[in-house]
Amino acid sequence: MSTLELKQVTKSFGATQVIKGIDLAINHGEFVVFVGPSGCGKSTLLRMIAGLEPVSTGEVRIDDAIVNEVPAAERGLAMVFQSYALYPHMSVRQNLSFGLENLKTPKPEVERRVAEAARMLRMEQLLERRPGQLSGGQRQRVAIGRAVVREPKIFLFDEPLSNLDAELRVQMRVEIGNLHQRLGNTMIYVTHDQVEAMTMADRIAVLKDGRLEQFGRPLDLYNRPANLFVAGFIGSPRMNFLNGTVKALGSEGVKVALDAGGEVSVPCQFQGIAPGSAVKLGVRPEHISLKDAGGDVSLSVSITEQLGGESYLHGTLPSGETLSVRLAGQTRVVRGDTVGLGLADPALRHLFHAETGLALPPLT
Amino acid sequence: MINSTDVSSFLTRKRARHGFDWTDVLSYAYLALGVLLVALPIFWMFMSSIKSPRALVENDPRLLPHEQLTTPSADGSRSHGVFLWTKPDGSQVDVGFIGPRGVNARVFEIGKPAEIIEVPRSQIVRKEVVQPRWENYSEPTIGSTQSRNFNFLRYFWNSTFVTVVATLLTLVVNAMAAFALSKYRFRGRDAMVIVIVSTLLIPPTVILVPLFITVSSLGMLNSLWGVIIPAIATPTGVFLLRQYMLTIPDELLEAARMDGASEWKIFWRIMLPLSLPALSVLAILSVMWRWNDFMWPLIVLTQSEVFTLQLGLSTFKGELNDNMHHLLAMTVLTLLPVTLVFVVLQKHITTGIANTGLK
Amino acid sequence: MADTSIPTPSRAPANLVGWLWGKLGDVLDGPFRALQRHIGANRMAYVFLAPNVLVFGLFSFWPMLLNFYIAFTGGQSVILAERPFVGLANFRELLDCPSWLDPKTCPVAGFSFWTGIWNTLFFAVVQVPIMIVVALVTALILNRDIRARGFWRAVYFYPVMLSPVVVAVIWDWVLKRRGILNALLSDGVDGWNAFVGSNLFVPILAGLSGLAAWAFCQRLLRDRPVWLKLVGTGLGALVIAFILTSFRANLAFEPYRPINWLIDVRSGWPMFWVIFVYTWGHLGFYMLILLAGLQAIPKDLYEAAEMDGTSKSRAFWRITLPLLMPTMIVVLVLSLIRAFQVFDEVYVLTGGGPGQATKMIIQHIYESAFIGDAKRYGIAAASSMLVAGLLLILTLGQLAATRKKAGG
Repeated sequence: MSTLELKQVTKSFGATQVIKGIDLAINHGEFVVFVGPSGCGKSTLLRMIAGLEPVSTGEVRIDDAIVNEVPAAERGLAMVFQSYALYPHMSVRQNLSFGLENLKTPKPEVERRVAEAARMLRMEQLLERRPGQLSGGQRQRVAIGRAVVREPKIFLFDEPLSNLDAELRVQMRVEIGNLHQRLGNTMIYVTHDQVEAMTMADRIAVLKDGRLEQFGRPLDLYNRPANLFVAGFIGSPRMNFLNGTVKALGSEGVKVALDAGGEVSVPCQFQGIAPGSAVKLGVRPEHISLKDAGGDVSLSVSITEQLGGESYLHGTLPSGETLSVRLAGQTRVVRGDTVGLGLADPALRHLFHAETGLALPPLT
Repeated sequence: MINSTDVSSFLTRKRARHGFDWTDVLSYAYLALGVLLVALPIFWMFMSSIKSPRALVENDPRLLPHEQLTTPSADGSRSHGVFLWTKPDGSQVDVGFIGPRGVNARVFEIGKPAEIIEVPRSQIVRKEVVQPRWENYSEPTIGSTQSRNFNFLRYFWNSTFVTVVATLLTLVVNAMAAFALSKYRFRGRDAMVIVIVSTLLIPPTVILVPLFITVSSLGMLNSLWGVIIPAIATPTGVFLLRQYMLTIPDELLEAARMDGASEWKIFWRIMLPLSLPALSVLAILSVMWRWNDFMWPLIVLTQSEVFTLQLGLSTFKGELNDNMHHLLAMTVLTLLPVTLVFVVLQKHITTGIANTGLK
Repeated sequence: MADTSIPTPSRAPANLVGWLWGKLGDVLDGPFRALQRHIGANRMAYVFLAPNVLVFGLFSFWPMLLNFYIAFTGGQSVILAERPFVGLANFRELLDCPSWLDPKTCPVAGFSFWTGIWNTLFFAVVQVPIMIVVALVTALILNRDIRARGFWRAVYFYPVMLSPVVVAVIWDWVLKRRGILNALLSDGVDGWNAFVGSNLFVPILAGLSGLAAWAFCQRLLRDRPVWLKLVGTGLGALVIAFILTSFRANLAFEPYRPINWLIDVRSGWPMFWVIFVYTWGHLGFYMLILLAGLQAIPKDLYEAAEMDGTSKSRAFWRITLPLLMPTMIVVLVLSLIRAFQVFDEVYVLTGGGPGQATKMIIQHIYESAFIGDAKRYGIAAASSMLVAGLLLILTLGQLAATRKKAGG
């Protein structure tokens, strides 16, 4: 069992606090992705778990043992770096075996593990080459291989795909997923790309400014974002936010008068709001539909993007707010048209406190 | 590497837009003059070093090493110089020279050593052949004269020992310090860096006396270690290596740390191999410094058995003039290793020094 | 699974050095690893720093402090406890002169000190500008579109690799009274005189002046017809040839008498050759640095200037020199500091002679402390302090001046 637990972990560089108290528990065998905009502290958090960065306050526990003072090498983790950090003066084989030799692993065992990792990652032919003679994807595989041979309790990945082109990235995503399937180890993966997070993770931890915004399964994050930030961060294209005022509270939920005109009702609980409170309505572009007559709002279209299989409309509402719509298939709407829109099925609408940004929980 | 079949294109290929103009002529003339100025003195010394002692004493200004032919005397006990005698009738014959008598010279014809004749000295000219005298090189090194006043092999060994040991120590000691100063965060690090950089400006020559007293109180006078140790911690070296190590990504060290390497192993197996370009520049500089070093050995070493080559040469030069042939030959031998190193590593040395701005 | 593993290729012979390197590292790893376990990874920095700090402290920092103490003590002992404190006596002996400009009025130590100071100052003030200008010209030429640049650069740099002793021996041999230089000059003078007196003088002179006149007319009458250039050439050649032939008798030199370049007391030749030889030995280094500085100037700047119609000379003054300034400052500071410490070449070449004509300040320090029966360490240390102070002022002043210039 390899579980990882963070308890009120903080990190300060001088006077600036970059990690502001994070609690997190990761189960054995889970694939967890830390995601967030750059500067949110996700890499620092990973390095603290790895032992490369000392923890300012709080506890890091691996298998229920506090490891704050345990050196990186002895935590039983392996890490894949963003720049791969392959030793440029060593062959691939030496790169793979360097760590094992440091641990005084017997020679036959070293060779067995290197051969196994090479076979698993399909790089048997590359073993005598140097990193400089490899392509980006090959280097990436060697970097993963270097982690694999260590047979670590937990794998750590620090934005490992950010240096690859789009096609390779998709391919490596699949490979890492397969690796997780096969090894069944706990993996922690840092990225700023929410698509990577959504596709790979068992659970996603969304971070912002050193705080944990939400931690949950990918679809939970998509369906029930805890706040404005998560709602905006997860999903592409971004969720639309419309300002409005609470008009009435009822058993069906909340009735909101939009600044853009029209009224919508959202089936959610209403702690902390009263008629007259400022709220934000969140609607994903893919949940908006065209209404020939009498939609919730009307949009004057400024850009139409036709991708063939799907189409996007971007435009302005009467209130001046911008809105994006994703339509299946192709559309006849062109720039300059004004169209009526239906703002999603009520169950797919999200309502947030305008001030705190917190989501109002749905009616159950 | 000018292709000789291509001289005309070489002369005209300059500056495609303007063709070959007079500034190019001037440039090449200037460069050629400079090369002459550099090469001629060295070449002249080399040519002189294979001349016979007599040619040197007589300051024979000819470039090639001329040596007079000799012929054995009647009893074979000694040899006489050969002259070419132009008789009044215009015929010429080789004669052996016995000695002068007034304006005449007593000579004998080759093959007839018993018949001594007198001829006017104006009628004879020395008969010479071009012959390098390699004994100038062999005598002081492997010959019998070596132990007398210029123990070349001893000095050569001392110089080599100092150069090799000092360079190795310089590399290790400075690389360790540069590693600490470039890859760790600790109290006093920035102060250390400032101290080291500022001592770059303090000339070592102004601490001669206290350094001498320190070395002598440690009992290192007349010991090669007294030459080696004081200068192994060069601020130049630390500075140069640190600047290079700063460019090595920290992620590599972190990867090694995750791989369970100790700090020493990171230094030895990751840092040193990756710093090879900077290390080789420092190695070349150190070899140059140590091989050519003069003042500090001059102060620390006073007994001739611990002399370095430079000390031996300068002492030998100061001593006497009649050993010029040996002095010149030994000077050539002294500059030879440096020259070989330079010829082999020329590109490396010039670019390395140009990039670091250090000597 | 071990059986199916890929066989380890043999890398023993090719990687012998690497293998030894690894083994040596492993052997040393034991104690260092134990130490690291004891004190923690981050404090290993101090361990890595220790040898350097130890040597540096003992042989650089401590002597710097010690120098102050020795400067205020007398006697001839190297044991500090046996050196009596004499206060400012050493400094008084160096500085207490009626006139510093005239060292002869000073006591013995002061005479030697001030002779060295003035010689060194003269040496530095003359040598540094000459060397920088020559190095700059050479670097500029090498920075042109030149064939075999690497070769030229290597040749110019080669003397830097030679030891000062070797350089001195080489030039001593060239400059002997009956050395090659005097022989060449003598031959040159004789040859010239023979040429002036020979029948070839007039035709060769006419040919040369014709060529000169032609080149001159080519530039001056660039856009005029050919016949005008020819006429101009003829006229010019006649004028030059006439002037030169009428002074023919004056063109012959006196017969050449060999000069004792390094020993002639009354002439300035010894100092000239000291400067020349030193420059010969060090020029290549500064040339190399300036060349690197020149090559660091982006080529597109010149292309932009060319598009703007900037002339070559203007490009030199307004682009090359300003952008080369940082390198020039480095070169200036380095060469001045080195010039002030000149010792090896001069000591071996002239021994400071003839008389005291080429005695430099470092030689004064060296001889005070280490030559002769009286080992006057105190005087040497006091002199060192004064020189260090001078160098410090010089460096700081120079840096301040250049900074002000750059800032304004």
